[in-house]
Amino acid sequence: MSRELFKFKGGVHPPEHKAESTSRPIHAAPLPKKLVIPLRQHIGNPAKPVVEIGERVLKGQMIAAADGYISTAVHASSSGTVTAIDLQPVPHISGLPDLCITIETDGRDEWVAHAPLDYQAMEPSQLRMQLRDLGLAGLGGAVFPSAVKLDPGASHACTTLIINGGECEPWITCDDMLMRHHADEILQGVGIMRHLLGSTEILVGIEDNKPEALDSMRSAAAKLDFAVEVVKVPARYPGGGAKQMIETLTGRQVPSGKLSTDIGIQVFNVGTSYALARAIHHGEPLITRLVTVTGHVLRPQNFEVLIGTPMHTLITLAGDRDGTTGVLMGGPMMGVPMPNLDVPVVKATNCILVKSAELFPPLPKALPCIRCTRCADACPVELQPQELFRFAKAGDFGRAQEYHLFDCIECGCCSYVCPSHIPLVDFYRYAKSEIWAREKDKRAADLARERHEFRQFRQEREKKEKAEKLAAKAQAARAQAALDQAQRAELAAAPAAEGAAVSDTDAKKALIAAALARAQAKKSDAAPKNVDQLTSEQLHQIEEIEARRTKIRELARKPLESEEKKP
Amino acid sequence: MPSPFILDRTSVTQVMAWVLAALLPGIATYVWLFGPGILVTLSLATVTALAAEAAMLKARGYAVKPFLADLSAIVTAWLLALSLPSLAPWWLIVTGTLFAIVVAKHLYGGLGQNIFNPAMVGYAVLIVSFPVQMTHWAGPNELTSVHLTLAQSATVIFGGDMPRATLDAVTMATPLDALRTGLLQQLTVDEVMTHPIFGHYGGVGFEWLAGAFLLGGLLLWALRIISWQVPLAFLAGIWLTAGFLNFFDAGRFGPPWFHLFAPSVMLGAFFIATDPVSGATTPRGKLIFGLGAGFLTMAIRTWGGFPDGVAFAILLMNLCVPLIDQYTQPRIYGGADKEPRA
Amino acid sequence: MLAAIGVMVLLAVAIGLVLGWSAIRFKVEGNPLAEKIDAILPQTQCGQCGFPGCRPYAEAIAKGEADINQCPPGGEEGVKKLAELLGVEPKPLDEAHGTPKPKSVAFIDEQTCIGCTLCIQACPVDAISGAAKQMHTIIAAECTGCELCLPPCPVDCISMVPIAEDLPHWKWKHPVVMMKKIAETEGA
Repeated sequence: MSRELFKFKGGVHPPEHKAESTSRPIHAAPLPKKLVIPLRQHIGNPAKPVVEIGERVLKGQMIAAADGYISTAVHASSSGTVTAIDLQPVPHISGLPDLCITIETDGRDEWVAHAPLDYQAMEPSQLRMQLRDLGLAGLGGAVFPSAVKLDPGASHACTTLIINGGECEPWITCDDMLMRHHADEILQGVGIMRHLLGSTEILVGIEDNKPEALDSMRSAAAKLDFAVEVVKVPARYPGGGAKQMIETLTGRQVPSGKLSTDIGIQVFNVGTSYALARAIHHGEPLITRLVTVTGHVLRPQNFEVLIGTPMHTLITLAGDRDGTTGVLMGGPMMGVPMPNLDVPVVKATNCILVKSAELFPPLPKALPCIRCTRCADACPVELQPQELFRFAKAGDFGRAQEYHLFDCIECGCCSYVCPSHIPLVDFYRYAKSEIWAREKDKRAADLARERHEFRQFRQEREKKEKAEKLAAKAQAARAQAALDQAQRAELAAAPAAEGAAVSDTDAKKALIAAALARAQAKKSDAAPKNVDQLTSEQLHQIEEIEARRTKIRELARKPLESEEKKP
Repeated sequence: MPSPFILDRTSVTQVMAWVLAALLPGIATYVWLFGPGILVTLSLATVTALAAEAAMLKARGYAVKPFLADLSAIVTAWLLALSLPSLAPWWLIVTGTLFAIVVAKHLYGGLGQNIFNPAMVGYAVLIVSFPVQMTHWAGPNELTSVHLTLAQSATVIFGGDMPRATLDAVTMATPLDALRTGLLQQLTVDEVMTHPIFGHYGGVGFEWLAGAFLLGGLLLWALRIISWQVPLAFLAGIWLTAGFLNFFDAGRFGPPWFHLFAPSVMLGAFFIATDPVSGATTPRGKLIFGLGAGFLTMAIRTWGGFPDGVAFAILLMNLCVPLIDQYTQPRIYGGADKEPRA
Repeated sequence: MLAAIGVMVLLAVAIGLVLGWSAIRFKVEGNPLAEKIDAILPQTQCGQCGFPGCRPYAEAIAKGEADINQCPPGGEEGVKKLAELLGVEPKPLDEAHGTPKPKSVAFIDEQTCIGCTLCIQACPVDAISGAAKQMHTIIAAECTGCELCLPPCPVDCISMVPIAEDLPHWKWKHPVVMMKKIAETEGA
């Protein structure tokens, strides 16, 4: 390939450990008895359940719908009965449970009615809605809803479409295997993306440690009726990061705080492209994905797994061994330790890495930072990790932000090279989440202040209005008194309102008494006249209206009543 | 513990061990050209440093073993020892080392916290407090009539009886001293340079020692333990300043090569100015740090009160590090070309 | 002599004019210091400081009538921030005004609630919805956890529920791998 490649700064070369899991073919993992499907598998709002406990669902049936623009649907991975919609352990570092739908599978694996979509005939916005309802999200790791990414927006066109087959993280091979065996379908997906984004230049970046994938993708690309350039890029972690891949292939950098679409580039993982092809050409929602099970297991390999399958079943399939010291979801650089193995495979699960003391010796204890700046040399974002560490450790989050904390992609290169073995990324994660929490607190405080101020304003206003009303009433009462001698009793209120030694409350009480008397009198006068022959419907209506009236009356009475109750 | 779960093999201990290893060619040359006295100085400084380090760690409530194992105390000790006159009395070595470890390192918070290079603080304290004893340099074997054995050197260092005449026969002014003294006597550079101590580039023997330190420094650079910016900028700073002065008035200012090939300059450029803890961290900052240190070294040599200025130059630049770092933050990935400064 | 006096007077008049003009031109509305203090206060509006809300407390601090350590919901961190803003030494919270508690929201036991509206009037941020003789409920997202609704309730149906940690609110902890730890675990 003659394409000029560019070199992103930093990066590391951890041992690859890819060969372990590529020697065996892809196996379909058997159908588990129970599927636990989390509703928060993607970035954005969690999906909203649309099934009920006890309901029978079919494979591919939507069980939770997208909630909002940045969200995506969740589907039943197999047929069976919904047995629970509750908090279940999920693959998250915190070990906290999250809302999941549990399906007891019936073994029949019965598909819901589904059909290919004629995407070329569809309105793009309508097609995107369909993709959202088919649960598509980025399978490279970030799980961002694909429908959103496939919207080129009004102003900018996505001239360049990059398909990311970098897979730079050690141990993981699911993208490699997918490219080896499903290159045609990946490129079908690319065709759909091209259609939606209007891209003119399509690049597939694959690291040079995957020659089989390169060959397979190249021969598949040669058969297409549009140009796709499959580019071999040098293997270097984190070369498979979207921003690094963009720089390697195009020499351009995504401006800090912006999206790649702002410079006319969109990046998708090969797995996403494959899932997109399955969704459009077969009508299948995202209910399965490739998962690498590797590390300390007897038969490291890739499985095609239904979303919701408990992780321990996969480890058993791959042959669990003694001496396991933990399990990661993802690779050793950015993977997440699993709190337990009952957690399900989710859309983001690219790899289940079983640790042992031999493969992953316990990390040495941290020593103080000696400011050697190896981390700065390794940082692909060209940050100064040693400074960020200093600020994060000291709790000086403002300075950390000034030093671009939020540009950190948490790739782990800094921690990897640190001769003092300081868990640097941990400090950045801590600082980031602390800053987010504080911003949240600040928003809550602002809301509280606003509401408190409004309440004070409202109370002022009510007081004023009441005073005006009282004055008006007193006036009326005086006029009445002059006219009507018989209702002398009521007149007690008048002088009181004028402030003649009787308290405000007494005046109010008297007023209420007067009002009540008047209302009573009016009520008897205003007896309804046309209520003799009514249909049941009319009766019902009247009842409703009466109910509303009482409510309004009560509401209207509230301020007065509450005044009285005040001690 | 969260990700990452794998680490590169390097550790602080390894980094320090490589620094020590890179000093070995220099030490070997030292022994070969100036006699084995330096070994006594090195051993004494090492023992003192380790003892002081252990005591301070204990006093501060830190585990002694892992921190002693990081070898940083030995690096400090060796750098100080190599900066001291090779026949300096034992109490000078002990005082300097103690000051370096106890005050400059641990009172500032220990490994990674000291804003000044500990070895240079030790050196500065000694040269300010004991200027006379700081001239006990053994002359190169080539030029001295008496060659001390290891035992004799030890005797000198530990203050044992040694005929005054022998001592005088062994010690000699360093080339920098000689130049300075000569210039103060209104001699021209060319006249001073007729003194036998001056060799091809630097002083006899001294230039080889400088070469050996340069070799060790290049090894550190090849291993990526030090970056190229600081040594290059430091040497450039010296060469440019010396060259400029020499071009201006070759009679009053020494030639740039002579200034460059002093052992203290090579040691300073590759081993001391590159100390990461007290040095600048940003790439541009390292250049400024090195250039500044080089310029200051020359300024002190030329106009200051001491024949050599490496230690003070580096200490002064240490002082500027926070400022340099703050104003030289590099552009980040996708960042604006001009960064707004806080 | 006269000339000197004249110059001084002229100068005084000129400077006075400039000062007077800038006082009008650059007039600052309200009390900027109280504003800044108010921004630090947690806006719980709980009144534990002895003032009817955060704003009055902020104004009192600005005037020097109240100390900076009277706000338990703000915690030690709040005191620290105030101290930083005012350039004084931080001090421990004054226990007389209460101690910091975990962040909670009020919860109304709807079985017991008689719909008296007393809590609605007590709530400083209008976070309780309901009407007379109707069941009341707390708008949890707007509740500041000030506990002002607890005392007026005649049937004690309001309780404070600490906010449980869930996934969206989970935070990374400060890594506990620091250097002193070595001393404790492997101590020589």
